[in-house]
Amino acid sequence: MVVSATASIASSAGDLQNPLWRNRLEALLSQGRAAGADLVEVFLERTDHLGVLAEQERITSVSPAFGMGAGIRVFLDGLDGFVSTNDLSDSGLVLALEQALGMLGLRCSSSAGISGSASSLFQGLPELRDFGVTKYDWLQRCPRLDESTGRLLEGTALLERHGSHLQARRGTYSRDWQEVLVAASDGTFARDIRLHQSLGLSVLAADGEHRASLGRRYGTTDRPDDLRQWDAEASAQDVCASAGTMLYADYVEAGQFPVVLANRFGGVIFHEACGHLLETTQVERGTTPFADMVGQSIAHEAVTAIDEGLSGGAFGSLSMDDEGMEPQRTVLIENGVLLRFLSDRAGELRTGHSRTGSGRRQSHAFAAASRMRNTFIAAGPHTPGDLIASVDRGLYCKSMGGGSVGPTGQFNFAVEEGYLIENGSLTRPVKGATLIGEAREVMPRISMCANDLELAAGYCGSVSGSIFVTVGQPHIKVDTITVGGR
Amino acid sequence: MAEPIPASLDAEALRQQLEQFARSEGIRQWDLGASCSTNTSVQVDRGEPKQMKGSQRSAITVRVWNDDGLVGITSTSDLSEAGLARALEGAREASAFGNPDPAETPAFSPLATAPLPPLEQPRGETLSILTLLDTLKQAERELLERHQAIGTVPYNGLSQSSSERIYLNSAGACRHQPLTSASLYLYARAEEAGRKPRSSGAVRLAYSADQLDVAGCISEAAERTIAHLDYAPITTGHYTCVFSPEAFLDLIGAFSSMFNARSVLDGLSLSRRESLGETIAVPFLSIHDNGLHPGNIGAGTFDGEGTPTARLALVDGGVLQHFLHSEATARALGVAPTGHAGMGSKVSVGPDWFEIGATPGSGGGEAGLDRFTASGHSAAEGRGLVVIDSLSALHAGVKSSQGSFSLPFDGWLIQDGQQRSIEAATVAGDIRHVLRGIVGFEGTPKVTHEGLCPWVWVEGLSITGDS
Repeated sequence: MVVSATASIASSAGDLQNPLWRNRLEALLSQGRAAGADLVEVFLERTDHLGVLAEQERITSVSPAFGMGAGIRVFLDGLDGFVSTNDLSDSGLVLALEQALGMLGLRCSSSAGISGSASSLFQGLPELRDFGVTKYDWLQRCPRLDESTGRLLEGTALLERHGSHLQARRGTYSRDWQEVLVAASDGTFARDIRLHQSLGLSVLAADGEHRASLGRRYGTTDRPDDLRQWDAEASAQDVCASAGTMLYADYVEAGQFPVVLANRFGGVIFHEACGHLLETTQVERGTTPFADMVGQSIAHEAVTAIDEGLSGGAFGSLSMDDEGMEPQRTVLIENGVLLRFLSDRAGELRTGHSRTGSGRRQSHAFAAASRMRNTFIAAGPHTPGDLIASVDRGLYCKSMGGGSVGPTGQFNFAVEEGYLIENGSLTRPVKGATLIGEAREVMPRISMCANDLELAAGYCGSVSGSIFVTVGQPHIKVDTITVGGR
Repeated sequence: MAEPIPASLDAEALRQQLEQFARSEGIRQWDLGASCSTNTSVQVDRGEPKQMKGSQRSAITVRVWNDDGLVGITSTSDLSEAGLARALEGAREASAFGNPDPAETPAFSPLATAPLPPLEQPRGETLSILTLLDTLKQAERELLERHQAIGTVPYNGLSQSSSERIYLNSAGACRHQPLTSASLYLYARAEEAGRKPRSSGAVRLAYSADQLDVAGCISEAAERTIAHLDYAPITTGHYTCVFSPEAFLDLIGAFSSMFNARSVLDGLSLSRRESLGETIAVPFLSIHDNGLHPGNIGAGTFDGEGTPTARLALVDGGVLQHFLHSEATARALGVAPTGHAGMGSKVSVGPDWFEIGATPGSGGGEAGLDRFTASGHSAAEGRGLVVIDSLSALHAGVKSSQGSFSLPFDGWLIQDGQQRSIEAATVAGDIRHVLRGIVGFEGTPKVTHEGLCPWVWVEGLSITGDS
């Protein structure tokens, strides 16, 4: 062993398919319940990650990583204590449990180790719900290093072929494999294997003082062959066309305009402006203006919004959430009326909103929280052209950058590729725009939804870490919004 | 309760084990970065514990050079013998795909065995989590009592950590640094009848929880939150802006690729190889990177390649002086590594802690500020002066390779002798114009958790408001 505390904290990854885990977990849960906890939950994970970076004609970074760990959460009277550890030995897990219990003023009756004896408060785990049973070979079916590096280099070569004035070309590939096992004293016992792959192409175009940096990211879940099936040609053409257009774009004039947001990643506006405010995490904090508005109108009647974890292959899809619950299709808003919130175990306990299979976390180091999965505004009756034609003077946001929402509900996000709308038509490209507003004010201004709903992959950082999500929408029109610019 | 046991890394055991594995695999050159930490943290909500967390974490990154001199890397949190062996094997496999360009292939830092700088870092006591909880509950209570409009402190946390990091290489380098640290953040939410909620806060760092300036954090969070209660929209236009030390440090940090040799070599920086010696800012601006400043709680004494941390002049007299370097970028540009490297097959480079202020003897822009004073604060009497207290969403609103930014901010408009908080607004511009448009510095440079900086006056920035 190479790491030591007073005792060693070194550990062995173990195999989460090993049936011995049942006894170990039952002993932990039993000890926690015997100590007085209302509920004990153990989240175990193993991970295998690969990151590859291609720049110009070279692979410049290959970064494999693997790991394991456990997160133990104990609930008592609505409060909880959470401890994470890389030490999956018996003593390491017991220490973590004791710390979690101690946070709530509880003590294990015995700290000698996992005894295996079940207390009368915990009747043992049921049969394992194994969502990973058909996924054992996914990691092996993913492209090997030579194949993945080859495809990335194909992408950067295509950027060179289709672009002009390119100062830098980059391709990135990320493969995240995760095996999780969740056990809780309420009878939860489930296992899953997840596979997320994402690909990105980006360029920096420069011509004298003119510069434009643009990128696209694609991501799927549970599709080992995804990289093989990637249409590198189309991706490169898309990125280069946008970079070429934006290279000479003027900065947008600041002001308040009607805005038409394109489909796919345009959905980040709903994700940031409203989606986060419909997580029970925000209800608990008292930071959502919608906390007491279930059944009331919070958006234009054109808006129906959904969060689900079910769309095949979508980046935010799950067979089970990180608390062992199967994800649901959750209609958040229907025709402008707020129907429900996204909730996890703690959210249900503290706010009364029933769980929706939305308990998610980046890794064992985070306690699960209510988080979005695949979140989108439903398609409407119009064509994208109808929306643009309805605007005399405004902004068309073809591609969005990232964004965020603050503790008072104010949101902002960057427009990566924008065009002026003049007299119902797209005219000049413009850059440097930021859309800012407040959810409660903007949602009633989404007055038109088109019929071209599409999803786009992204990452969402929040209280339980960075997680895989999709955002999505059809083209939508916001009647007026503040556009930050020059 | 069982308190977290401070973890420790056994550097000699790590070395012996790696040497043994490397020998058996025929690997002649390797290096390793390792860290372990224990952490406890609490959050509260209106007098009740909201979440209490603890963690024990460990991680290693192993790099190996294969017989062709190509580098591979693997990281893991599994520090068992099996984990180490697998990491070494993974790194060797990855080395087959190492960058064949000798100029970009990392090597051992020539400074990996140089003496480390002396750094006063007292190791603090670990408090029980219940003590942390009591401290935070009391802090929340005091903050809520500061003003009737402050209804909640939705974002708060008190944490403490004990950690160690190690760098070893097969040429005999051995770096080791233990550290304790603690942090407190309080972000209050205030709301008055019929008005929008407002929020602001404060952060404090220290070497241990009992050394945290809790009272100062409460006062600053209260003052900043209350100061935003009376708000109004601002008219869109161009303004002279005064950045708080925190806001200006955020802005410079977001554009640190200007000083980053890795970004320069990759063509992703506004600077080029030839930019050193060029005037990029007003003649009284000085920017240093100084991870060793006493205000930098948690400073590392060495970087990811074992190079000692050192103070480095980036801009002096408005002239670009040096870039931040790793071993590979330093070799490419014919200079010495500066102690700003990460660890990887492609090594990242990043700043530690900025010192921003006046170039000695330059006057620090007094003449510029006098111009405003002499004209009777003409800006404040006309369109007004915008004070930028804090910037948001830097990850989304900054295009570092283009130089442009468009960022939401919290701040005040000073007009006709009155100061009023600004309702939702953004500030936009180009960092090159900002650096050349600095009017002057005001006040003594303030130590923040991100660096050292005075208040900075900048002319001609675009503000977009709701008015």
